Amino acid sequence: MKSVINYFKEIYFGLKSLITGMRITGHYFTHPKEIITQQYPENRETLKMFERFRGEVVLLHNENNEHKCTGCSACEVACPNGTIEIIHKRVDVDGRKVKALDTFVYHLQMCTMCGLCIPACPTDAIVMANTFEHAVFDRSKLTKVLNNPGSKIMDGIK
Amino acid sequence: MEDVITKPLESQEYFINMGPQHPSTHGVLRLVLSLDGEIIRKVEPHIGYIHRSIEKMCEHDSYQQIVHLTDRMDYLSCHINNEAVCLGVEMGLQLEVPERVKVIRTIIGELTRLSSHQLWWGVMGMDLGAITTFLYGFRDREMITDIFEETCGARLTMNYNVPGGLMFDIHPNFQKRTKDFITHFKKKLPEYDDLLSNNVIFRQRTMGIGKLSKEDTISYSVTGPSGRASGFSCDVRKHHPYSAYDKVQFKEILRTEGDCFARYQCRIDEMWESISIIEQLIDNIPEGSFKAPTKAVIKLPKGEFYQKVETARGEFGVYIISEGQKSPYRLKFRSPGFSNLSALNHMAQGCKIADLVAIMSTIDLVIPDIDR
Amino acid sequence: MKWLYDFSYLTRAIHEGLSTRFEPGTVVILEMVLVGITFMLLFALLGLVLVYAERKVSAVIQQRLGPMRVGKWGTAQTLADVIKLLLKEPLINKDADKFLFNLAPFVIMIAAFMAIAALPFAKGLHAIDFDIGILYVAAVSSLGVIGILLAGWSSNNKYSLIGAMRSGAQIISYELSVALSLLTIVVLTGSLQLSIIVESQANGWWIFKGHIPAMIAFVIFLIASTAETNRGPFDLAEAESELTAGFHTEYSGLKFAFFFLAEFANMFIVAGIGATVFLGGWMPFHIGSWEGFNAIMDFIPPIVWFFGKVGFMIFMMMWFRWTFPRLRIDQLLTLEWKYLLPINLMNIVLMAFLSLMGWHF
Ligand code: SF4
Ligand code: SF4
Repeated sequence: MKSVINYFKEIYFGLKSLITGMRITGHYFTHPKEIITQQYPENRETLKMFERFRGEVVLLHNENNEHKCTGCSACEVACPNGTIEIIHKRVDVDGRKVKALDTFVYHLQMCTMCGLCIPACPTDAIVMANTFEHAVFDRSKLTKVLNNPGSKIMDGIK
Repeated sequence: MEDVITKPLESQEYFINMGPQHPSTHGVLRLVLSLDGEIIRKVEPHIGYIHRSIEKMCEHDSYQQIVHLTDRMDYLSCHINNEAVCLGVEMGLQLEVPERVKVIRTIIGELTRLSSHQLWWGVMGMDLGAITTFLYGFRDREMITDIFEETCGARLTMNYNVPGGLMFDIHPNFQKRTKDFITHFKKKLPEYDDLLSNNVIFRQRTMGIGKLSKEDTISYSVTGPSGRASGFSCDVRKHHPYSAYDKVQFKEILRTEGDCFARYQCRIDEMWESISIIEQLIDNIPEGSFKAPTKAVIKLPKGEFYQKVETARGEFGVYIISEGQKSPYRLKFRSPGFSNLSALNHMAQGCKIADLVAIMSTIDLVIPDIDR
Repeated sequence: MKWLYDFSYLTRAIHEGLSTRFEPGTVVILEMVLVGITFMLLFALLGLVLVYAERKVSAVIQQRLGPMRVGKWGTAQTLADVIKLLLKEPLINKDADKFLFNLAPFVIMIAAFMAIAALPFAKGLHAIDFDIGILYVAAVSSLGVIGILLAGWSSNNKYSLIGAMRSGAQIISYELSVALSLLTIVVLTGSLQLSIIVESQANGWWIFKGHIPAMIAFVIFLIASTAETNRGPFDLAEAESELTAGFHTEYSGLKFAFFFLAEFANMFIVAGIGATVFLGGWMPFHIGSWEGFNAIMDFIPPIVWFFGKVGFMIFMMMWFRWTFPRLRIDQLLTLEWKYLLPINLMNIVLMAFLSLMGWHF
C-alpha cells in the first residue's frame, strides 16, 4: 500500500515541479516587455560604452595637431606583447640633439587591451578609446600609425 | 555459415571521439570514450589543444605583465587569477596593500564567482537539454559584466589588479550598480531553483550520478565546489584567508553525497554566500589609496613564493621561483580544472553518455585553464 | 461564403466540374493529383510558419527578440533559410551507404504524407475518411522511425547510429501510449472513424464530456506524442549536447531540410489528431444552452477552429521543449513502461466503467 501511495506521490510532485518550471517560462512568454535584446547595428546612435572601456590605444592630439608624446618608449617597454613600436628621430632643440617621436606604430592585431601602457606613460599622451568596431578586410590595416601626419609635440612637454 | 549461426552474439567495445569540437566539452577538450552500447567503460581525456605556454611566457615578462596573462587561463574567474599573482608578488615584496584594495578585490572577486556560477548554471541546463536556462543565466550575468566594464574597463579579461593594488579606483557608480544587481539577483535566484533544482527530470538526471567519495576527492585533489560536494573541506577563503575574507562571515558549503546534484547544489548555495559576502562589504569600503606605491620595475627577492586563492572552480595556486630578476626564474600555476578533470574517468565509469555530459558540466571545466 | 462552413460544396463543385470534362478514371487520377499538390503546398507552408513560430516562441520565452532582420519582424527569415538550404552542397560521407542515405529523408516525408491524409481539417475537407481512421494514423505515423533508423545506420557515424537506436526504442514504446490514450476516447465514441469522432463532439468536446479520465488521457497523449515526434524534452535522437545532432549529423542541404520539415509536419499531425479526438476537431466551442454564445462560436469557420486548436497543441509542445531538460534514455523508457502505460490501462478501464454507467455527458 505504501508503495502505491509513494507511486502516486511521486507523480504528483513530479508534475507539480514541471508546472512550476512552465510557470516561469510562461511568465516570460507573457511579458515581452522584459526582453533584453539590444539590436546592435541599429542602435549605434544610442549605444554608449562606459568611459573606461578599453577599445584601442589612441594618441591624443589637440586642435593644433600637437601631441604630448616625447618618444620615451616607456609604453613600449610596459607592453607585454610588442604591440607598440616607437620610432625615434633626433631633433635640434636649442642647439642640442634630443630624442623625439618620429612614428608611433600600433599593431592593433596584437593588442590584448590590457591597459598597461596607459599608466606607464609619464606624460599621459595615450589613452584608451571606446571604439570597438575593429574588423577590417585587410590585416595590414590593423597596423596603425598613431601620430597624425605633420603633428608635433606640445610645448613644454619633456 | 554454420559457425556464424552457432557463434553466440558478442558485444564489442567501441570508441568514440568526443571533441575537440563538441558542443558539451566546453572548448577544445578531446575525450576518447570506450563504450559498450551506451555505457561508458573508460574516458581518456586528451588535452593540449589550446596550450599557449603561458608559464614559459611568464619567465620573460615583468611581474606587472604576468597578471594579464592569467586572464586568459580561467577566463571566467579572471579577477581571482589576477589577484593570486598580485598576492604572490606582494608576498614576495612583503608589501602591505591598503585596506581599500583588499575590500574591493574581495567584492569584485565574489562578483566574478557569481558571474562564473551564473554562466555555469546556464550551461549546465543547456547540457541537459534545457536551452532556456542558458539565456537566463546570461541575462543575469550581463549585469555583472556591466559592473566590470564600468569599473575595470573590460567585460571578460579585466586585468584590474596590479601588484600593490588596483589599476584605478572604483567607478563612482560601482556601489549603486552592485546593490542594484544584488536586489535583482535575489529575486532571480529562486527562479533557478524552479527551473532546474526542483525539476523532477533534472533531479533524476543528476542524483546519484558521477559519485565521488571523500577519499577519492582528496586523492585526485578535486577542489572547489566539486570537492566540497563530497565533504572535502577545501575552501581556501576559509582555511587560508586572503584579502578581506577574514573580515566577513560566510559559510563553507559542504555536502556529503558527492554526486552531480550535490555539486550543483553546492554552487547554487555558494551563490547565496557570495551575495551575503558582497552585502557585508559593499557599504563598508574603507577610504584610502587604491594602490600601494611600488617601483616601476618590480624585482622579487631571491626565493620561492606560493600563493593560493579560491577561484570559482577550486584552488588556484601561483608558485614563483625568483632569482632576484625582474621576471621570475620559473613560474607554475596550479589550476583547479586540471585536477578536477583527472577524476572524470573515475566518476564516469559505468555511466551513460548522457551522464557524462552531466558530470562534465558539474565539474565545470574551462579548457584554457587546463591547458594553460 | 457557404463553402467556408462546409467544404463539401467546394469539393463537390470541383468533382462535378471535372466529371463533365473527363472520363471517371481520369477524374479520380486528377483529383488525387490535386489532393497531393494541396498537401505538398500545405507542408511547405507549415514548414515556413511553424519554424518561424518556434523561433519566435522560443525567443520570447528566452527574453530575446528572435529573427528580426529579414522582412518585417523577421517574417521572411524562414524563406531565406530555405533558399540557403537549397543552395548548400549536399555532402555525403565517403563510406556512407549512398542508397539508404538518400532514401532516409524521403521515407520520413512519405510517412508524414500518409498520416496527414486521414486528418479531417474541416467539414467536408477530409482526404480519405477511413473507417479505421485512428488505427491507420497511429500505424502510419510511426513509420517515420524507419527513416530515422535508415539515416542513422547509413551515415557511417557512431553518433548518428546511437541517435537512431535511441529513437527506435523510444518510438516503439511511446507508440503504445499514444494509441492507448486515443483508445480511451474511442471507448466513448464506439468508432475509429475520425469523421464520426468529430461529429460525436457537436454537443461538447470529449475532454469536457469525458471529464477526469479524458483529461488524464489528454495529458498522457500530450506527453507521449511529444515523445513520438522526437521533440524536447524527449529529443534524445538529436540530443545536440550529447550526440552533436544525432541521426542527422551527416546531412546537409536539402536532405537536412527534409528532416527538419518532417519534424514540424509530424508535430502538426499529432497535434491534429489530438485536436480531433480530444478537442473536437473543427467543431466550435459550445456551452449548453447559451444560444447567443453558441451562435457566435458557430460564426467562426470550422477550419479556423481546427487550426486554432492545432496551434494550441503545438504551442504546448513548444512550451515543453523550451522549459524542460532532456531525459536520459533509460528514464525515458521507465517513464513509459512504469508510469504512462499502467496509468493508461487503468484509465481505459475507468473510462469503460464510466461509459457503462453512463456517467459521462
Ligand atoms: S593595451 Fe596592453 S597590449 Fe595593448 S598596447 Fe597597451 S600595453 Fe600593449
Ligand atoms: S606615449 Fe608616453 S610612454 Fe609612450 S613613448 Fe610617448 S611619451 Fe613615452
